[in-house]
Amino acid sequence: MSASSTLSGRSASLPEAASVSVPDALGRFGPFGGRFVPETLMDALHQMTMAYQEAKADPEFQATLNAYLKDYVGRPSPLFLAKRLTELAGGAAIYLKREDLNHTGAHKINNALGQVMLATRMKKTRIIAETGAGQHGVATATACALFGLECTVYMGEEDIRRQKLNVFNMRTMGANVVSVTAGSRTLRDATNEAMRDWMGSSVQTHYTIGSVVGPHPFPMIVRDFQSVIGRETKAQCLAQLNRLPDAVVACVGGGSNAAGMFYPFVADAEVEMIGAEAGGRSPLSGEHASSLTQGRPGVLHGSFSYVLQDEDGQTNDVHSISAGLDYPGVGPEHSYWKDTGRVRYESVTDAQALEAYNTLARREGILPALESSHAVAQAMIEAARLGNGKVVVICLSGRGDKDAYEIARLRGEPMG
Amino acid sequence: MNRIDTLFAHLKSEGRKALMPFVTAGDPDLATTAALIPELVHRGASLIEVGIPYSDPIADGPVIAASYARALRKGIKLSQIFAMLKTLRAEASGAVALTPLVTMVSYSIVHRHGVERYLVDAAEAGVDGLIVPDLPVEEAAGLVKLATVANLKLIQLVTPTTPPERALQIARTTTGFLYYVSVAGITGERKAFPPELAANVAWLRERTELPICIGFGVSTPEHVKLLSPVADGLIVGSAIVRRLESSDTKSRSELVNEIGTFVEELAGGLNQRS
Repeated sequence: MSASSTLSGRSASLPEAASVSVPDALGRFGPFGGRFVPETLMDALHQMTMAYQEAKADPEFQATLNAYLKDYVGRPSPLFLAKRLTELAGGAAIYLKREDLNHTGAHKINNALGQVMLATRMKKTRIIAETGAGQHGVATATACALFGLECTVYMGEEDIRRQKLNVFNMRTMGANVVSVTAGSRTLRDATNEAMRDWMGSSVQTHYTIGSVVGPHPFPMIVRDFQSVIGRETKAQCLAQLNRLPDAVVACVGGGSNAAGMFYPFVADAEVEMIGAEAGGRSPLSGEHASSLTQGRPGVLHGSFSYVLQDEDGQTNDVHSISAGLDYPGVGPEHSYWKDTGRVRYESVTDAQALEAYNTLARREGILPALESSHAVAQAMIEAARLGNGKVVVICLSGRGDKDAYEIARLRGEPMG
Repeated sequence: MNRIDTLFAHLKSEGRKALMPFVTAGDPDLATTAALIPELVHRGASLIEVGIPYSDPIADGPVIAASYARALRKGIKLSQIFAMLKTLRAEASGAVALTPLVTMVSYSIVHRHGVERYLVDAAEAGVDGLIVPDLPVEEAAGLVKLATVANLKLIQLVTPTTPPERALQIARTTTGFLYYVSVAGITGERKAFPPELAANVAWLRERTELPICIGFGVSTPEHVKLLSPVADGLIVGSAIVRRLESSDTKSRSELVNEIGTFVEELAGGLNQRS
């Protein structure tokens, strides 16, 4: 179906093939994206767009960012051949792009550093962020400590319960963590509260959004800062294997690690790309968070994209074992990639993710984040399908330390 | 002629200002909303803003967000809201029949319902205009045209963060009246207003023929008295909706009467011709 026919105004149509020259000046990825926010935020978004264009073109900004990525984050992150996982999957060689080895333990720091540096450039003195699993919150608190900015992180009460370690670490680094008790008390509600804060604070405050969601220019900025993942992966594949991978797999909640991994490969038609969404407990409404495979185009959090909502346009409750994928929307560029057929999206259940978590722990000595475990589960299926002699790369977006308490609780052996 | 145009033409000829209370549809239930609308008209409201509950209202403060959540928990549907308004219009006479109704509705809901279908259903329910707070002027072009065809006014917002040129661009595609947001922030009761508010509204007034109404933060008769010389109308939301919070301890008639009394006090603050 063409989503464009359901939009009022401009009829942006979907091209035959996905382009890398997106979004357009209005923030559109084909028909998706745009800015569906209150007028109060429009000027802040406009100013951010201008400031980002300048920063992007400024060699000094890019050099400084790259220096921090190297010496502070520890980039490039390794590309590692998971031999025993490959053996188990029985097919294509599986490589892990080790974003879990970044400082703060996930890909989120790539974007948080970039945006906090952009905020500094814009002379903002305060940073706000939303967080689900807490990885973006920790990354933002980290970047704020590094650059000496005031930091407030909005986090759902349910996620605070699930992710105590990250909450403790954010507070240790000086961030003010605000518990959000509205609605489902998860990432979606935290995003609402962060936007409400920004409505009244945008003059001195930058909103460091954590995924490729929200109004333009956020989906573009976050994708660009995360694209270091895909660029490195490409260079590492060429250096280590003398070829591009046959497939890359990443988990998709809002979709930032996936966007960062996929975007540099969009023009490489021979590279298959697969996004793993949260299939939760079941395909029933309220029991999963599979916006792309089960949702419809609609508006949420300032952007037109696939969303899980009812026939009245009310956002559905969603569920995932992983707080970071527990979100009813998805970045507009993923909707564009889905409808152009450039990326295939699959739903991976809680149970599959938990099994993959245990598998990677036992066979490779690596504890993946529950979010990334969804990608591991899907990659094993893809590897078996592709067969020997092929190469699959998993974006191992984060490490699993944060999930130990929740997994222990689910196993019936709670810690402390 | 649209009731909103008639209202402002009439008020202008008499040198009076509009009072626009906001009520959430379906909080605590639709029967209360249906009782409130005529009551507020009898107590001095010139136009009623009907809030369509939405699950993720980012422009709204805690009072309206909680009110929307209460209505949604009871399973309120857009079709039920339109049916209630349609009945209200069919049974109304006198001032209630002439009073404009404007829906405040998220674009998520309009889009899901279908833009054209939303406009047709709203017009059939006796609605005169709509405010879509998350649809900025860049995205509104299609809706502007379709609303005109449906004889509905598309009321757009100008805020303290809107640059002057952009404010004029918004005014050019706005119909009915211009909604001037008093402060940069979310909806909710406030004690004071920015000192530049009056000058900003006056600047706009010299450049547009549209009536200009002020909303966000307006919550007491004193505010109404203070701001009515500046604007053509004043919008009061959270201060009214907050009074719906006690619905479980009061009968419907008590609640409706209490809110009616408050609206009458607000109306007393209007700068009426002496």
